[in-house]
Formats: sequence, C-alpha cells, structure tokens
Amino acid sequence: MKLNSFKLLLAAAFLSLAVAPAAYSAAEKEPNLDANVDVSDKVSLARGAKYYANFCMGCHSLEFSRYNRVATDLGLTEADIKPLIFTRDDDDNIHKPGALMVNALRTKDAIRWFGIAPPDLTVIARSRGGGDWLYSYFKGFYKDDSRPFGVNNLYFPNVGMPHVLQELQGLQQREVDADGNPTSTLTILEPGKLSVGEYDQVAKDLTNFLVYVGEPAQLHRTFYGILTLLFLLVLLVLSYLLKKEFWKDIH
Amino acid sequence: MSLLNWIDSRFPLTETWNKHIAEYYAPKNFNFFYFFGSLAMLCLVLQIVTGIFLTMHYKPDAEMAFASVEYIMRDVPGGWFIRYMHSTGASMFFIVIYLHMFRGLIYGSFKGPRELVWLIGMLIYLALMAEAFMGYLLPWGQMSFWGAQVIINLFNTIPYIGDVVSTTIRGDFVISDPTLNRFFAFHVVAVPLILVGLVFVHIVALHTVGSNNPDGVEIKKLKDEKGIPLDGIAFHPYYTVKDIVGVVVFLIVFFFIVFFMPEGGGYFIEHANFEPANALKTPEHIAPVWYFTPFYTVLRAVPDPWYGTLAMFAAIAVLFVLPWLDKNPIKSVRYRNKAHLINLAWFSVTFIVLGVLGVMAVTDGLKELGTRGTQIYFLFFAVTYVHSRPRQVNYLMWFVILLVSVLFWDLLRYDSSFTDNQSSLFWQMLLIPVAYLATTLLLPHFVGAANEEKEVPTRVTG
Amino acid sequence: MADTGVDKKRRRFLIGATSAVGAVGVGAIAIPFIGSLTPSARALAAGAPVEVDISKLESGAMISIEWQGKVVFVVNRTSDMLSKLPSIVPQLKDPKSELSLQPEYVDKESRSREAEILVMLGKCTHLGCAPQYRPEVAPADLGADWQGGFYCPCHGSRFDLAGRVFKGAPAGTNMEIPPYYFISDSLLLIGENGVAA
Repeated sequence: MKLNSFKLLLAAAFLSLAVAPAAYSAAEKEPNLDANVDVSDKVSLARGAKYYANFCMGCHSLEFSRYNRVATDLGLTEADIKPLIFTRDDDDNIHKPGALMVNALRTKDAIRWFGIAPPDLTVIARSRGGGDWLYSYFKGFYKDDSRPFGVNNLYFPNVGMPHVLQELQGLQQREVDADGNPTSTLTILEPGKLSVGEYDQVAKDLTNFLVYVGEPAQLHRTFYGILTLLFLLVLLVLSYLLKKEFWKDIH
Repeated sequence: MSLLNWIDSRFPLTETWNKHIAEYYAPKNFNFFYFFGSLAMLCLVLQIVTGIFLTMHYKPDAEMAFASVEYIMRDVPGGWFIRYMHSTGASMFFIVIYLHMFRGLIYGSFKGPRELVWLIGMLIYLALMAEAFMGYLLPWGQMSFWGAQVIINLFNTIPYIGDVVSTTIRGDFVISDPTLNRFFAFHVVAVPLILVGLVFVHIVALHTVGSNNPDGVEIKKLKDEKGIPLDGIAFHPYYTVKDIVGVVVFLIVFFFIVFFMPEGGGYFIEHANFEPANALKTPEHIAPVWYFTPFYTVLRAVPDPWYGTLAMFAAIAVLFVLPWLDKNPIKSVRYRNKAHLINLAWFSVTFIVLGVLGVMAVTDGLKELGTRGTQIYFLFFAVTYVHSRPRQVNYLMWFVILLVSVLFWDLLRYDSSFTDNQSSLFWQMLLIPVAYLATTLLLPHFVGAANEEKEVPTRVTG
Repeated sequence: MADTGVDKKRRRFLIGATSAVGAVGVGAIAIPFIGSLTPSARALAAGAPVEVDISKLESGAMISIEWQGKVVFVVNRTSDMLSKLPSIVPQLKDPKSELSLQPEYVDKESRSREAEILVMLGKCTHLGCAPQYRPEVAPADLGADWQGGFYCPCHGSRFDLAGRVFKGAPAGTNMEIPPYYFISDSLLLIGENGVAA
C-alpha cells in the first residue's frame, strides 16, 4: 500500500514528463503531418526560397533575414538571387542584396484588405516548434464558403488568409462521415496545375526554407559541435589522467 | 620572485592563495555531488562573459528588443553561439544549483557550524531567481511578456497596496518599455553585482568553517602535529585537478546542448518566445521556465491568489530556516535512520513532480496532484523537525497532528460544488499525504529497524 | 600522502599537456567572442559598394556620394584642369603620391583610373574636415595663384584638382582615393577594386 503510493507517485512523475509536451496543444487540434524537414537539401531550400518570393513575400516579410545571407547559405551567388528581389527601399530603389527582406506592403493597406497585418514569418518555424505544422498548414486548405476567402484550414481553423497556392494545388474539400460530421480527410475537388505528389514537394520545399530561415545558424551548428566535443574528449582523457596521477598520493 | 615579494608586502597575494587554495584543507572523501560548487562558479563566469558580449548588441527597447535578439542570432558574427551559451547557461546554472542544494540537504551541510554558509547560499539562490526572471523578459517574446505579466500580477494580490506595488515595479499600467528598460538595468548591472558579492561572502564563510563531506564528519577535530586535518587534503592540487575533470564533463554536456539542441526541447528556449510580445494576445498556455515551475505549482495549488502568493514565497522562505528545523546532530543521511532517507526521497520526488506539473496545463487530476504535492512539500519540513530526535519523539502523536493539519487544509478547500470527478480525485489522492506520513512517521514507530541511527565514524570513509 | 614513488616527469608532462590543450580551448572559444566585435552583416550591408551614375555629371562639376558613412567626391575634370596639373608640381609636398593612400591602379599624378573622373574621399588628411571644391581660378579669398582645387576651411589646407596637398599646408599627405571601378562608361562602383584591378 505504502509502496504502491510511492510507486504511483514516481510513475506519475515520469508519465507527466512524457505527457507534458502533448499537453501544450489543446485536445481538439488536428495532429500535424510529418514534414521530414531536411535543411541540408540546398536544392529544396533554393526552390523553397523561390516559391516564398513568388507566393508569400508580397504579404509576409522575412524582416530579420538578408537576401545575401540566404544566397550564401543556399549556395547561390548574388547574381542568382537578384531576380528574386522585387522589394523596394524607402527611396523606391530595388533592394540591394545586403538588405533585410522587408516587403512593400504597408501595414495600413494590409489592415484594410485583411483586417490584420500579415505577420512576419522569419521565425515562424521556431515559434511552431519545427516544420510539421507549416507543412500541414500548406496542405490543409479546403473549400468553406462560410469563410471570407472561401477556404478554411484543417490545421488553422478560421484562418484569415486566402489559399495563395490554390492555382498549384487546386481546391480540396473536407470529407464528412456517415453522420455528416466533418472528418480529417481532404480530397481534391478542383485539380490545380500540379499533381498531389508535386504539390507535396512544393509544400515540403517551402517548409524546409522556412525552417532554415528561422535559424540560419543550424546549417553550421552541428559542424562546430562535433569539433568542440572531439576537442573536449581529448581534454577529458588528459585531465582524467592528470587527476589520477595526483590522486595516487591519497589512495 | 622579487616581484612576488614586492606585491606581498603591499597585498596579501601569497597569503590569500595559500589560505583559500594551496593550504585550504578539504575532506578527502568528496563525491560526485561536490563538483557542483565549482561548476556553479563556472556558470556564473560563463553567464557574465557571454552576457557582456550580448549587451554590446542587444537593445533594451520595446520596439527593438525582439529584432535585436534576431540580429544577434543572424547578423553578428558568432552571435548565435554567444546567445545559445547564455540561454543554455541559464538553465544549466539552475541544474547545477539545485544539485548543489540537494547535496547540502542530504549531507546536512546546512547544519552548524555552517548555518551562515547555507543562508548566504539561499540569498544567492534568491538573487539568481531574480536575475533569471528579469533576464527572461529581455528577448521580448510572448513568453517573456506573459510570464512576467503573471509574476508581477502576483504583487497585485497584496491587500490594499497591491496595485501601487505592481504599477511601481512595471513603471506603467502594463508591462511595457519602462519595464523592459529597468529589468535590463537590474539584469545586467544590479543583480550581477549582488551575486558576485554574495558568492565571495559564501566562499569566505565556507573557508572559515571548512567544508562538510558525505560522512558529515568534522575533519578539523583530528589534526596532525602540523595542524593539518588528518582527513584533509590540500585543495590545490588535489581538488583543482579533480574539478578540472568535472568542468570538462560539464562542458561536454553544456556544448552538446548549445550545438545540438539549443532550445532544450522547448524548455530552455520556449517556442512561444519566438513570437514578439503582444499585449493584446494571450498565448494558449503560459508556463514559466522550468526552473521556476515547482513554486509555480505551489502558487496554483492555493485557490485564493493572495494566499497562493504567500504559499509560493513561503515555499522558498522555509528553506532558509532549515538549519533550525533539523536539529539532529548527525549530518549525513548515511548515518541517519531509514525514515529520514525515505523523507528525503519523498521530498525529491515531490519537487520534481511539482516542477513537471508547473509546465502543464491544469486539469482536475493534475490540480489535485499539485495540491497534494504542495502539502507534502510543506509537511517535509515538519517531518524533518520531528526526525531531529528520533529516540525521544512521539511519532504517533506527530502522525496525528500532521494528518489533522492536512485534513484541516482539505476541509478549508473542500467545496460542495466539486464535480463527481473532482471529489473522487480529492478522496483518492488523500492517500498520498497519508502514505507520506505513514512511511515517514508510522514506519519508524512500528518498525524499529527504520528508526535506527548508525554510529558516525570519527574518520571519513572511502 | 607519501611523497615516495612520485613520477615527477609524468606529472610535469600531464600538467603541461592539459594546460596546453586547455589553453588551445580557451583560445578557440575566444575566436567567436572577438569575431562578434567585428562589423556585423548590418554594418557590412550599410557599407556595401555604391553605384554612381555619372552620365549626367557635367564637365567641371562635382557630386558628393556617401559610402561607408564617408563622403566621396566625384569630379568630372575638364581637359583644361588636367593640363594644369603638371605645372603646379613644384608647389606640392607629395606630387607623385608616394606618401599618400590610393589603390595601386590609380595614376600617381592625375590620381584617377580614367583621367577625367576623380574619385576621392572628401576628407582632409589633416584633421578630417571636409574640404570645399573650389574649381575657379584666382578667386579673391584664395589668391591669384589658385589654379582650382580643394580648400579646407578648418585650418586652411590646400589641395590641387588631383587632391594633392600644397606645401605650407597643415595636412601632410594627399587626399585619399577609395577603391572603385567603372562598370560601364557612365556607371561607377565605389568600394570595390573590380575584376580588372
């Protein structure tokens, strides 16, 4: 009995450790799809950057990131990235490669059009704890005539944004079960320019790019990490031998 | 050497070196837990150095703070490394400090003649919590903002003057630029100065009374003809070379986190903190950083906000008086009775459970568990007092007294509006404090072996 | 704590090796910290090379450009101005710019890549004031000998139309020439040496 309570307490401690992350998301939420994020795939990152510039950048800035940093990290030259720059500075000159990726959409206009300023997305992947939610979101739009833009999102209920990738993906509908309750299954209603597989790749490229841009240092972190740990292991061996040598006096 | 002589005649350099390093005699039986003192010093140095470099780029301005952190992460060469060292260092500092305090708890290092060492250490812990709390506001993310909001609002619950106090702390009616600015001043100047001063005093006090050890034996009682403790060894070189090994192992863990998991699974840097502070949008779930969560659970366990705040501060304050609660002359858990060991085990598990609960969203079951955990947290100190005189004490009487006090608290909080689920949880989890009191008080009463203390050796073992 | 049997050599070696490796570690970790003091991407972006369109710069005229927070003078010198440069050599401190700062590819006397276009930091080499562009010949305030040039109002340093300092001026060297190159006949890039350099 006493022992049981003790065990129960221990079990509760470890169980709660395991459950804690899950407790963050409210029970009703749709579980995210797995994006298999791979920021080392530079070709995918470069495609993602291109899609971002074409479809997202008009409204969503990346105001902490610089064009030339993205170019360097993605293995592109400044000449490669120049065609992707169509934002302008205060003097109406096209941004230089060293500029921050801010956009021209004025907050006031944005509020008039969308009712809210579209958020900056530089660190969106970090605030969402990785890329899975983004990937799910890109794939989660479905037809909902009750919404102002005619679409809703499975992973962002009542989203205030149109489906800007609709021409690529087409329009999905949300399946209902036998009782007429909405399910989590989305099927293509009107096909877009791309097949389902091709669109998945677009969603993945965009996700990869946003995960990268959330923390550019992650491309280099592990390299320095391995160097540092190898170095410390050498130091560990030496310092341990040193300690043993001196402690011979005592034992 | 003439330079050294020149200095020594003007400043006690050699004398200080000898007194605190080369001829400071420490017990030779230090174990794993004795690494954490020097590691805490290392953490302090790391935090100060990385902090100075971050200060060169950070802007304590509500409009610019968030962007300046991202600027450090991207535009400043090596900036991400320095920032991750600082954010990881904060959490590692608390891990080290908690293990350091745990060491003091199990080996009775807080007992005479080391009461002052413990008290100064507790002040360091308080200053460190203030330092961490104010530092966490600086990135100006959603968790920075709302975490500070919740904690500062605690001062609101003070009767009569609460409003004035919290408004004065913020310098505004909401958390805003002046709050950020003053927290910055405290975080980078005021509190670090206090911390460094307290650490200095902590060490001077320690070196006056000498270090405790896992056996709780006073090594100064037995000295050789030169006045050197028989069980003492010179801090330098023996503990310097040993601590270097500890430092390297610590750095391996530290840099593993810095380079491979700098967010610490969302506990060292919370995900929601990558969203800029927004006074108009409350995050779904506000959790303080993990090192505050045990006390946060205590706060939430008490329904009335003012009493909750008092309970939270009491949970910290009660640690201060530990040297006067535990009067058992035996220091180390090794020679105390089994009931004391069980008591410490309960306390450790409870502290972890309270910590885990603090990061979770409240449900009926978790809330009840948090309340029971809080009860055990406070009961621990009463039971510790009871265990001071295991041969004379009337365990049965104390069992009844403490059980009645638990039931009294339960009576106060039992609400006829409880749902069925809540009231069944209430009754089920009543088992927890009962089990706690049974294992720590009834067990030594009925089972003699659990109440038996061992003889403390005159020399250290191992 | 017996002193017998202590292998002093081994001890010394281990102390040396651990200290040396430890010192390397401290040195290595200092690199990112010192690196953080160097110009950030923001500073580099602000100091990026500047393109200047000189197609509209009239003969004899000057424009001022900002580059890395400094003023850069761009002067389109007339052939008349250029022809006078050799004649004033005796009055100059450093006529062949041997003591002065300029990129390799700049002619040491005309102090330009292409004779007409002078690109120069608008900063007096005395104490850093901005000299005035005074192209006119023999104005009342500068005296009859003035053949056109730059005059520093702070302490009266005089420079010719190639930025070369006159004898008797407080400034010691000629005005500094920044790196630059011609992207095309009418487009100038200040801040880079260019591929041809």
